[in-house]
Amino acid sequence: MRILGSIVTLLLLAIPGLPAATFSGSTEVREKLAEAVISAEEKQIQILEDLIETGDPFISKVLTAWRRGELFLIEHEGSTIPALLENADSKEPVKVFILESGEVLKDKSGKELTVIPSRQKTAETTRTLRTQFKKTIDLLGISDPDPKLREKAAFKLGSRADPEYFAALMDRAAIEKKPRVLKKLKEGMAISQLSIGDEKQKVEAAAKLGELRSIGALDRLKKIVSEQEKLAENEKNNDLISEATRAIKTIEDYKGWVDRGETVFRGINYGAVLLIVSLGLAITFGLMGVINMAHGEMIAIGGYSAYVMQKWMTGLYGDEALQWYFLLAIPFAFLTAATAGLLLERSVIRFLYRRPLESLLATWAVSMILQQCFRLYFGAANVQVNSPDWLIGSVSLGDMAFNYNRLFVIVFAAIIVLGTWFLMSKTPLGLSIRAVMQNRDMAASIGIRASRVRIVTFAFGSGLAGLAGCFLSQIDNVGPEVGSKYIIDSFMVVVSGGVGNLFGTVTAALGIGTADRMLEAWSDSPVVGKVLVLSTIIVFLQVRPGGLFAAKSRSLD
Amino acid sequence: MQFVESRFPRSHLITLAVLAFVTLAIVPLAYSNGIIANHDLQRYGKYLCWAVLATSLNLLWGYTGLLCLGQCVFFGLGGYAFGMYLMLNVGVDPVYKTSLPDFMDFLGYTELPPHWKPFENLGFAMAAVIWVPGVMALIFGFLAFRSRITGVYFAIMTQALTFVAWILFLRNEFTFGGNNGFTDFKKILGANLYSHPHTSTNGKELLFFILSALLLIATISLMISLTRTRFGKVQRAIRDSENRVRFSGYCTENFKLFIFTLAGIIAGIAGALWLPQAGGINGDVFFPRESLWVVVWVAVGGRGTIWGPVIGAILINALKSWAQREYENTWILILGGIFLVIVIFLPGGIASLGKKLPKWFRICRDWIEAFMATRKKKVDPKEGGEGTS
Repeated sequence: MRILGSIVTLLLLAIPGLPAATFSGSTEVREKLAEAVISAEEKQIQILEDLIETGDPFISKVLTAWRRGELFLIEHEGSTIPALLENADSKEPVKVFILESGEVLKDKSGKELTVIPSRQKTAETTRTLRTQFKKTIDLLGISDPDPKLREKAAFKLGSRADPEYFAALMDRAAIEKKPRVLKKLKEGMAISQLSIGDEKQKVEAAAKLGELRSIGALDRLKKIVSEQEKLAENEKNNDLISEATRAIKTIEDYKGWVDRGETVFRGINYGAVLLIVSLGLAITFGLMGVINMAHGEMIAIGGYSAYVMQKWMTGLYGDEALQWYFLLAIPFAFLTAATAGLLLERSVIRFLYRRPLESLLATWAVSMILQQCFRLYFGAANVQVNSPDWLIGSVSLGDMAFNYNRLFVIVFAAIIVLGTWFLMSKTPLGLSIRAVMQNRDMAASIGIRASRVRIVTFAFGSGLAGLAGCFLSQIDNVGPEVGSKYIIDSFMVVVSGGVGNLFGTVTAALGIGTADRMLEAWSDSPVVGKVLVLSTIIVFLQVRPGGLFAAKSRSLD
Repeated sequence: MQFVESRFPRSHLITLAVLAFVTLAIVPLAYSNGIIANHDLQRYGKYLCWAVLATSLNLLWGYTGLLCLGQCVFFGLGGYAFGMYLMLNVGVDPVYKTSLPDFMDFLGYTELPPHWKPFENLGFAMAAVIWVPGVMALIFGFLAFRSRITGVYFAIMTQALTFVAWILFLRNEFTFGGNNGFTDFKKILGANLYSHPHTSTNGKELLFFILSALLLIATISLMISLTRTRFGKVQRAIRDSENRVRFSGYCTENFKLFIFTLAGIIAGIAGALWLPQAGGINGDVFFPRESLWVVVWVAVGGRGTIWGPVIGAILINALKSWAQREYENTWILILGGIFLVIVIFLPGGIASLGKKLPKWFRICRDWIEAFMATRKKKVDPKEGGEGTS
């Protein structure tokens, strides 16, 4: 708990500051901007042109506000002050931030003044000015301090195919340090060259794009080839055609690899999801032999626990809690689902250990009842579970993008598999669990409290399902039917992995997940993929009826 | 064959006769006198078809020990096969001006896909009602039994089967109407399928009701006679201990395959008769929950008994339709609760109540007597003491 506490504290410290931080920007820039607001059009354009060189992202913010009519001219003590308001849409009086100084407007006694936005005059714009805004914002993009935004802007400017932008790109390329941004700058320049360069430059640009493996330029290259093909024979630029065709081929090959890489990643991710949802089942079904059709509802309990925790925490600590509630939701989901599992074991399953088919029916009835309870209590619609900011976004490797929440699921699957493996094979509890599952009477006669071990095992398996639900809440919707979506898949994983074998479950989950996503990509339809996977499992069981890693036994029923 | 009880037991014969009398004489009479309305007759007809479906599962689960969680696959396939014929007889529709089924019109078909063409013939469709589920059961059963998938694993595989059918049949590309499915049937062999009170056209509701009743009677008779043959004995022996039967020299796979296919065919015919009475079918008939309901009927009625599943199917459905009306939100809780209690405390279902009730009664009586006795013992000396003072 202490570790958890310190993590929470750390995260609390890491939460970004107040909205006032948006009104930063250097004094020089502020003064220039304030001057621009009250100048005549020609002078305004001049100032904006000059400002581009500063590369301050604050300018974009002010210009965007200006264009939207959210830059205000406040009449105060006889002078006109260009200013931004705390909230331009508000109907209540709000604070005023002076553009020139960045400070809050106060009267002589030092009291903060407030105004109602809809009653204030806004800074005017003209058409020429708005064009200039756009240009300034565009050009500022490639000198933004954030490399990701620079990459985006470089490509965008290149696609415009404007000589002026081309020059800007060239200037920037000369001083750019980040290799990734530099690559995008070159890409952007080559794309511009394709449209605005002379014939020789076009050929060079096409070659360059092929060299850079620019996926974004693929459409444009194709367009150029088809345009050239249409021309009369003597007007054709054969070098360009051959060069562009070669570039298209290189890029398409490369794109194929990127797509394949992403498919494999999606497959592993789906495998990890399957693994998380079926690990609990591997314990309750695989080890204990209980067909728990209510496993899906244990998953739903986990999802709803995350929702309830989010509601409590935001209720207690406001919206800031959205950043860290999830860390509390994880143990909470585990405990809630484990408690539910414990109750289920005591009230229903303990009567049915010797009648597996009937445990299937009874737990199905339980699942139906639980589902209806969710529907009555939380409503039939999905509930909204928010992701913390640190799970949103993605990391890119070359042209492949990996979402944080998907990576997180993979890491998490690895952690719980390791945890379960450790518990099962390295602790005294795991030893007695395995003993009871192999032969209950024998275990009982050497002094293991068999029925207690069963309760713990079932509660643990259900708790794992709860954890699964908690994580699914980050990548899927949480609703009454969230569990039944996964239940058949998880049974398939456990059966084809070999019952009672954790390693088999891991292999089967990753295998089925990857196969599913690959077949889906290959056949362009999620249904065909699923049908093929399920049929493959049926055929696979012909070859290995006991699953991948069947337990060897001399016993016969 | 002395070792087989070849006589049709009288109790079953009487029950069958009562069933036949009620469904073939009383109900038609009441219907033609206007006592039973059209939609009620259709509802009763549906119950009968469900009873057949439950019986087919009983043949599998109750008598052979194969729990099939996908019995609705065969039921649905039978329904779809007959539905294809009915869909081709809806006539020219006013909006699209073609005789194609509506869903094909708005999916942009200009002519029938080739596998639909033979279904214009009623004979072919009726044959398909039998062979489509039959072949499906044969293939799946062959694969499953050959690799000796039994018990719980068999149950899970059949659930996967119905899941696959569900996702396939909900797709428009699968050419079976997708989400909309088949509905709005009009004619069979040129005759009107449904009555319209306003235009006073006569439909074929009674015909389908009687056919359903005949199917139920035939299925029950088949069950009774099957359980009385040597085949039936082997079948039950497989349920009780498959390995011993195998070691005795029987090829249990072939027995199971035959029963699985037979049950599939019966379910298919039931589905075909159910369809015109239900008025429509779509992919949701394959949703895993539907097949689990069939299991519930059988379990509640009493598996392994001839009449239990029939009672279960009719009772649960009547209860369901009543509870759905009266308790819109909580009916599932009530039904689920009842089912749960029956599974845990009454594994033999309603049919075993006859045996269980006297036993429970005895237990209760003993318990009360014991309780009274201890009470007396405690009270006695006190009373004695009071008496002496």
